[in-house]
This record gives sequence, C-alpha cells and structure tokens, in this order.
Amino acid sequence: MKYRHLAAVLGAACGTLAALPALAGPTLDAVKARGEIVCGVNTGVAGFSAPDSRGEWKGIDVDVCRAAAAALFGDAKKVKYVGLTAAQRFTALQSGEIDVLSRNTTGTLSRDTSLGLNFIAPNFYDGQGFIVAKKLGVKSAKELNGATVCVQQGTTTELNLADYGRANKISFKPVVIEKVEETVATFFSGRCDAFTSDTSQLAATRATAATNADDYVILPEVISKEPLGPMVRHGDDQWFDLVKWSLMAMLEAEEYGITTANVDDMLKSNDPNVKRILGVTEGMGKALGVSEKWAYNIVKQVGNYGESFDRNVGANSPLKLERGLNALWTKGGLMYGWPIR
Amino acid sequence: MSDTAIPTAMPKPIAGPVIWLRANLFANPLNAIMTVLVVWFLVMSLPALLDWLLLDAVFQADSVRECRAAGSGACWAFIGEKHRLILFGLYPYEEQWRPLLVVLLLIAMAGVSCLRRFWTKWLAPMWIATLVVVGILMWGGVLGLSYVENARWGGLPLTMILAFVAIAVAFPLGVLLALGRRSNLPAIRAICTIYIELVRGVPAVSLLFMASVMLPLLLPEGMNIDKLLRAQIALIVYASAYLAEVVRGGLQSLSKGQYEAADALGLTYWQKQRLIILPQALRITIPPLVNTLITVFKDTSLVVIIGLYDLMNAAKASFVDPAWRGSSIEAYVFVSLIYFAFCFFMSKYSQSIEKRLAQSQNR
Repeated sequence: MKYRHLAAVLGAACGTLAALPALAGPTLDAVKARGEIVCGVNTGVAGFSAPDSRGEWKGIDVDVCRAAAAALFGDAKKVKYVGLTAAQRFTALQSGEIDVLSRNTTGTLSRDTSLGLNFIAPNFYDGQGFIVAKKLGVKSAKELNGATVCVQQGTTTELNLADYGRANKISFKPVVIEKVEETVATFFSGRCDAFTSDTSQLAATRATAATNADDYVILPEVISKEPLGPMVRHGDDQWFDLVKWSLMAMLEAEEYGITTANVDDMLKSNDPNVKRILGVTEGMGKALGVSEKWAYNIVKQVGNYGESFDRNVGANSPLKLERGLNALWTKGGLMYGWPIR
Repeated sequence: MSDTAIPTAMPKPIAGPVIWLRANLFANPLNAIMTVLVVWFLVMSLPALLDWLLLDAVFQADSVRECRAAGSGACWAFIGEKHRLILFGLYPYEEQWRPLLVVLLLIAMAGVSCLRRFWTKWLAPMWIATLVVVGILMWGGVLGLSYVENARWGGLPLTMILAFVAIAVAFPLGVLLALGRRSNLPAIRAICTIYIELVRGVPAVSLLFMASVMLPLLLPEGMNIDKLLRAQIALIVYASAYLAEVVRGGLQSLSKGQYEAADALGLTYWQKQRLIILPQALRITIPPLVNTLITVFKDTSLVVIIGLYDLMNAAKASFVDPAWRGSSIEAYVFVSLIYFAFCFFMSKYSQSIEKRLAQSQNR
C-alpha cells in the first residue's frame, strides 16, 4: 500500500513533467541504425508477455514487437525486451528508453493526449468483470453490495471498481493485492466474495486455478471497455505506420487464410489481395520503407493473428480463452484488418 | 559389631534427563506452560510441514495439474522446471554457465575475504580483478564470448552483483561521510549531514523510483543512463548513508584521549584516522556493519519495482506461466532458502568476529 501511494504521487509528478519535453524523433532511423527494436513489455502476465522456462519472452504482446522486427529487419529475433512495471511504462516510452510499448495497455483519451503517446490499434479487446463462487447464489454484480472484492493494485481495474460502485450505489470492500497470482490465490482461499479483473483473466483463472471450474460463475456485467494495444510517442509517424501495419498484416493474413505453414504456397496464389500482402505485387513494402517481403516475414516467423492468439492465450495454450470480441469481424468479433493496398 | 552406617537412600542425582528437564523446561509454572505450548505447537505443525515439504511432495511432473493430482504436498517439479529462470533470469539459456561461474566466483571471493589470513594489501586488488572477470563473464564480447547486454542479466548473479558493488562502493563512501560529519570544516560537515539525513529520510523504494522513473525525464533526450546502473547508484546512495551513521557511532565511542594522543604524536589528520581512529572504530562497529550489509543484500530485491529481474523478480516471473499456475509458494520457499543461506552466513560470521573481539578486549 505504501508503495502504491508513492507510485501514484510520483506518477502524477511524471505526468506533469511529461508535458514539458516535446519528444519527437526519427525513431525509425534510430531503430534501423541500432539494428534492433527496444520493446517495453509487462514483467509477467501469462499469455501477454512473460519469460518462459528458458528466459525467452512469449506472448501476444511480445508477438507485436516480433512482427515489427520481422517487417523491418526480416528477423523477428531482433528485439530487445525491457520489462516494465505499470508505473514505469509511460516514462520509459516518453524518455526514449523504449521504441514501442506493448504491455497490455488500455488506450484512453488522456493517455493519447496529455501523456504525448499514440495508441496504434487494439491487439486484444478486453473488459472488466466479476467472478463469484456459485454457492453465494449471486446472479448479478448489482447484488454485490457490501461484498469483499479481491482486486489487483495499481491498474485501471481498481478505479473501474470504484466508479462502478459509485454509479450504482454499491459499496464494495476492496481487498487490494499486488500480484495477479496472489490475488487469485486469495480469492480461491475464500478471503473475498468476488474477484474482479479483465474477463479474459477471469476465464483463464477459472479454467486453470480453480479446483472445480463449475463451482464459480462469471457475472454477466462487463463494467469497462479495455482495448489493449501497442503505443508509440507522438510525432513519430513513420515509426507509428510500421508498427501499425505490422499488426494489420497479421489480421489481414488471418482473414485471407495465410498461415506460417502455407505462406510459401500462398506466394503462388492468384488472389490480388494475397499477392499485395505477400509482396508478390510490389509497392506496399516500398511505401512503408521496408523490404517487399515484410508481411511474408511476419507470417513466416510470427504467424497470423489467429495463430498468435491460439498459441499464447487461445485454444493451444493453457489459458484456453475464447476468441469472443477478438474474433475477426467476419466471424462476429471486432478484429478488423485494414486493407493492404 | 558396629558397621559403618549404610545410607538408607541414595543421594539425589545431580544430573540426568529428569533434572535437566526440570531445571530448563519446568522450572516454574510459567516455564511449564510455555514448554507445553511450544511442544503442542511443534506437534501440530511439524508433521504437516514435513508432509508438505517432503512426504506428499511431487518431484516429477510436467504441469501443475499433474502435480496436484499426484500429491497434496509441494510441487518441487516446478522448481525442477523453472530453477534456471529463477537463478539466472533472462540470461541466454545456452550461455548460463557464465552467470553460474560468476556466482561461484563471488561466493569464493566472499569466503576468502572472511579469512583473516587474507586480510592483506592484496585483498583490494584481488577484488578488483574479480570484478573485472565478473564483468567479462557477464557482458562477454571478448575472448570469444558472445555479447550479452545487461538488460538480460538476472537472478542470483544480478542480486549478488548489486549487493556486492553497493557494499564495496558504499563502504568507503560511508567512512568518508562519517568523517565528514564530524569534521571541523563547517561546509563539509553541512554537506555530509544534509546528504545523510536526506537519504535516510526517504525509503529505499523512493530512491529507486527517483533513479529509474524521474531521472530519465530530467536528462536531455537521447541521453539514457543504463537502467541497471541507475538502480546500482540508488543502492549505493542508500547504503552509504546508513553505513556512515554506523561508522559515526564507532567514531564517537572512542575516548577523547585517543584523538588527543594521536594529535600529540604530531600525526596529520589522515594519518590519525588511518592509524589510530578508524582501526579501533571499525572494529567496534563490526556487528552493526554486518547488520547493515545484510539489510543491503535483502534490499536489492526492491529492484522488483523497477522491473529488473533480480532473484526475487525472476521467481515472480517463474510462476506466471499458466501451465504452472499456483506454484507461488514453492517459488517463494526456494528463493527464501537462498536469501536465508546468505544472510545466515553473514550473521554467523559477524558473531564469530564479535567473539574474537571480546577475546582481545578481555586480555
């Protein structure tokens, strides 16, 4: 708690300071000269960014940086990862310590404006919800008046909970804990009536941490919108474009069925869209200022968005999240790759 | 016939288990109650602890689910899977023999430094040489070793480097600060006092925060001081202020006669400090010095808040893996054993020095 207050005070001070220097710089040139992208990631959130047993970074946020490196250098490995805490993340980007922040960060108006950052595009749509033990018989978050709620500290989650309580005249007793793992353990030990976090987190928690998943229900209310995605500094448009279209290429590749496995066969495809994406029809790479093989390299080395999702958080991962809002727009989700042409 | 009187009863034994028990455990009602309570506590807790640690523990499994299915105790298979991440953080997997060597080297040097036989003028050069070798091993880039930037350093070697360098630099700095605070020159005294009070007046966490979050904003753009270096400087600043106060305590405990005798001999200020004052003052302060060193060693774990993968943070990163969810207790037990081993050694060592000091004083 002590640290958190300190973080809040210093964070506020940083916010004020951050407005002073107008940071603009040819990041793209700097990155090219350096030969690697410096990517700010979360110090550890399963499926989003976390080191595996061999100390290699894995996750859906990590894949955004890998894709950008594949597009720029033709090698997804040319990334240096900097693990950042929630309090550090914006300063690190503002001060130029990192080139891109890909750290399950929600895009909001104030972050986009007064912090001097540009939110690129969501790579994961999330929203905050509640999970409770079935035996409580609670059917809606509105019935949680007076309930103790486990919540992770220092995130928008905590603020959303307070907002929701005020708006609906519900008084929660928050139990604030630093680490996700400990929050989850505390909830399942019965210390809290409810646990609030992003719904993706709740689903994953129920699937993996609960001794019997059927004993717990996720309440229907989703009390916040959390479009998570990468950010860069203001005034760095070329660099912004590169990261943005690396992400779009992953979405487009999924839509047109290009996968790591079939990308070489797809080079022979007659579909003009596929030809443009994979650089068979030239022009797209030149416009971005990278090799024409940029999207080919992304799909070959990182995979399309669906592959990345399945591998890190979806069906092929222990988290087993549903695609939900993160399905392609053609399948009822919100993921909508812009045309590469 | 009068025989010598045979005693009718044996004299009461003055030793034996019953006597010992009565004297030590049941001397009075309060002691008896305490003994019963402690025994009850041990009987209640030890079997459960033993079950959890060993008897019901699982040593072989591929995921936490298998672990929990196989036994109700600790899942040591988790440590088997993740020990390299915990011990060496994000250091490239194939190159992890290098940090391993660094850890062994630093432990060996620390051990050597504890032996009186090696307290010669060669100790400082040996430490400098060791730190150079540590730097070469960790960074590489020469002698055919691949280059590893310090952002990827982690685990036990990082904790040890942070602690050792902080102690090595902060100690001389602390001595100077302590001398400065007792100096007759007002400007130097004021600077040292302000520095010590300012640093001691804020938590170590806020120093780290200042170094890692505020400092980059105050520097001109493009000028980035390395994150590890910033944390290291913050730790040095923090440790030096505390060490200064410990040393000052030693300086003040010397009788005025020592200072006056040194002056009477016509020694210069630095000769006086080096030959008369500091050897005595530092000897007296060894227990509180070691106490501060233990604190510094443990406080390196605060770099968690600025995202360095020291031993503690690497352990936290290890149980994020969804396949091993809920193994946080095993990870914490593992790292606390490592921390305990280091701190226990330091504390035992300080006790042995204290005993030796007491001997020389009793003569």
